[in-house]
Amino acid sequence: MSVGDFIRNSQVWKSIFRHPAPRDRRNRVVVMLTNVFLHLHPVSIRKSGIDLSYTWCMGGLTFFMFLELTVTGVLLMFYYRPTLEHAYNDILILRDVATLGILRELHRWGAHAMVITIWLHMYRVFLTGSYKPPREFNWGVGVILLVLTLLLSFTGYLLPWDQLAIWAITVGSNMARATPFLGYEGPGATFLKVGDVSLIHSGSDARFILLGGRFVSGETLLRFYVLHCVAIPLAVAVLIAVHFWRVRKDGGISGPL
Amino acid sequence: MEHPLEKGLQNALGVYYLLVAVLNLGFAVWWYYAGRRSHAQRGNEKIFTVLWAIVSGVFLVHAFLYLSHSGPVLSRGVRDFTTWFMGLYGGQMGPILYVTLSIVGFVLLLYFRRFFVRPNIAWTILQLSLLAAGWAMTDDEFQKIILKPDNVPIPMLIYSVGFFTWAALYRAVQNDERIARGEPVLEKLEDEKVLVWPDLVYTELIAMIIATFILIIWAVLLKAPLEQPATSAKAPNPSKAPWYFLGLQEMLVYYDPWMAGVVLPTMIIIGLIAIPYIDFNRQGNGYFSFAERKFAVSIFMFGFVVLWVTLIVLGTFLRGPNWNFFGPFEYWDPHKVLPLNNVNLSQLFWLNLCHMPLEDFKVRFGDFFGPIIRELPGILLVFLYLFALPPLLARTVMRSFFLRMGFVRFILLVTLMQFMAALPIKMVLRWAINLKYIVAIPEIFFNI
Repeated sequence: MSVGDFIRNSQVWKSIFRHPAPRDRRNRVVVMLTNVFLHLHPVSIRKSGIDLSYTWCMGGLTFFMFLELTVTGVLLMFYYRPTLEHAYNDILILRDVATLGILRELHRWGAHAMVITIWLHMYRVFLTGSYKPPREFNWGVGVILLVLTLLLSFTGYLLPWDQLAIWAITVGSNMARATPFLGYEGPGATFLKVGDVSLIHSGSDARFILLGGRFVSGETLLRFYVLHCVAIPLAVAVLIAVHFWRVRKDGGISGPL
Repeated sequence: MEHPLEKGLQNALGVYYLLVAVLNLGFAVWWYYAGRRSHAQRGNEKIFTVLWAIVSGVFLVHAFLYLSHSGPVLSRGVRDFTTWFMGLYGGQMGPILYVTLSIVGFVLLLYFRRFFVRPNIAWTILQLSLLAAGWAMTDDEFQKIILKPDNVPIPMLIYSVGFFTWAALYRAVQNDERIARGEPVLEKLEDEKVLVWPDLVYTELIAMIIATFILIIWAVLLKAPLEQPATSAKAPNPSKAPWYFLGLQEMLVYYDPWMAGVVLPTMIIIGLIAIPYIDFNRQGNGYFSFAERKFAVSIFMFGFVVLWVTLIVLGTFLRGPNWNFFGPFEYWDPHKVLPLNNVNLSQLFWLNLCHMPLEDFKVRFGDFFGPIIRELPGILLVFLYLFALPPLLARTVMRSFFLRMGFVRFILLVTLMQFMAALPIKMVLRWAINLKYIVAIPEIFFNI
């Protein structure tokens, strides 16, 4: 008996994989049903659904980037403290001390790549008309995921706390003060007042809520850190579950009727 | 004499041209075997084999020159000419040319799609762009922009969007021809089911390995940027938003932040979510097609490719200090001054047309009604655009849409399209009559 057979016949192996290797048709079906990760897939699929010139694989790559960013992001959290005192220095130390370190690079380039792949995924889904009934709702879920992806990238942009970060966020978040009625430089905000006291000012408007202050500051850093590492990823994870579930329930990967 | 290009850059360009040469050699070989495969003796394949082998040779010569550290450099004349040309018309020639050419190019691409998707034509365009990119790299100013680590996604975006636009149209053209002949679409030919294990899970595994490989190479070759520690005292000029928001930042040239930064992005999100509920066309579900969905595909591609992606490219490469327009080879001079002679519609109407000074309005009609009456021409125009145009369209050019869609869907569609068109309209008004605001009530930050 070979070593391979010995392992495959051991109690440990059999407790993990409850079926023989997926070499015949029956076990190739069974493996999809007994593995929690694999069971996200259907057992069988239309041939066009695995044709790259039809699917472009961009949705899958977006999900893979999300996983990659989760792993590298968690690792980065060991090295990083979101305070004015430490943030920049922690990144410096990560850059200069960690030999051959590419953790931050993997995270940053992965984030850029995810933005591109999610756009291309949407492009493909549109151009093949895959948002049409019965997939209208899932398209909407996808749009929300797109917005959340951009917000994830945007909130992460601030964390290194260098000139690039703070000014990109300043430019981006300055828009919020022009929100109609809710930003203190937005149209209509001057009408919202009780007596002579205006309700919307630079200390109470949409931008203040976003930044936790009147300008990009330590409070902003903490706020963006929590949004970036906890709040938005959780929302994204939930919506990805909905998105995948609905792909299955709405008839699988689209194809001609 | 010292060569103007650093050795490292010359080596990089040499390797780049070598890769492009290999790419073309591969294409030549592809044509060679295409000729052997097709039994119909058309003979064209041989010509193309030779043609692309020659092109490969041209790139090989480039590679050789740069690897031997004596590569050619873009001539001063070309660089000065583009800078001068794009600075014409009060510095507005650049944006006018860029936006107009992207729109014209887009329309031509869709109209002549059968021509553009041919492998030889698409390949020619790719090679020309690669050659232009290589030559542009020999310019200092262009290098400064392209070599910023955070700008690397932009070439990736350009080439991937270009490639996938080609891939989609190529497939759509084939499918449209098949439909016209009464044959099933290509996707329909792959209708039988296959098991997910092994066919899909292995594809996914390979895709993950390739993606990981590319990411690691990218991460090893290029360090993530880290600039000076943040300080609110010194703002960099230009201050740019992250690259994926540069399209929005570009809109700030034409609209105030409340429009460019809040209303228009909100309309984009609402519009995207609304698409499946507006699109009443039941054809073209689950396969690439253009002929069956001309309207939907054109509008979406215009929004994504022209209004989103090309404006990001514009914002990255051609917007410098103070968000001024700079030619691709122009020095980013922070002191560049452009004449700012933009005027509001109210001024054009009351002052230039009726010879009434604008200051009179507040005196005559008070602080509240003064500005409103002053801006009446613009308010009227916006009102007509938003509320008179939809019924007009419903009765004329879009009558068939209105009849098939019903009231709610039609109003939603037209409103979304109006917001989408708001940007090109304002661009044209700015360029043609230097219009700043159609409605300008800065007292309550209400400028359109």
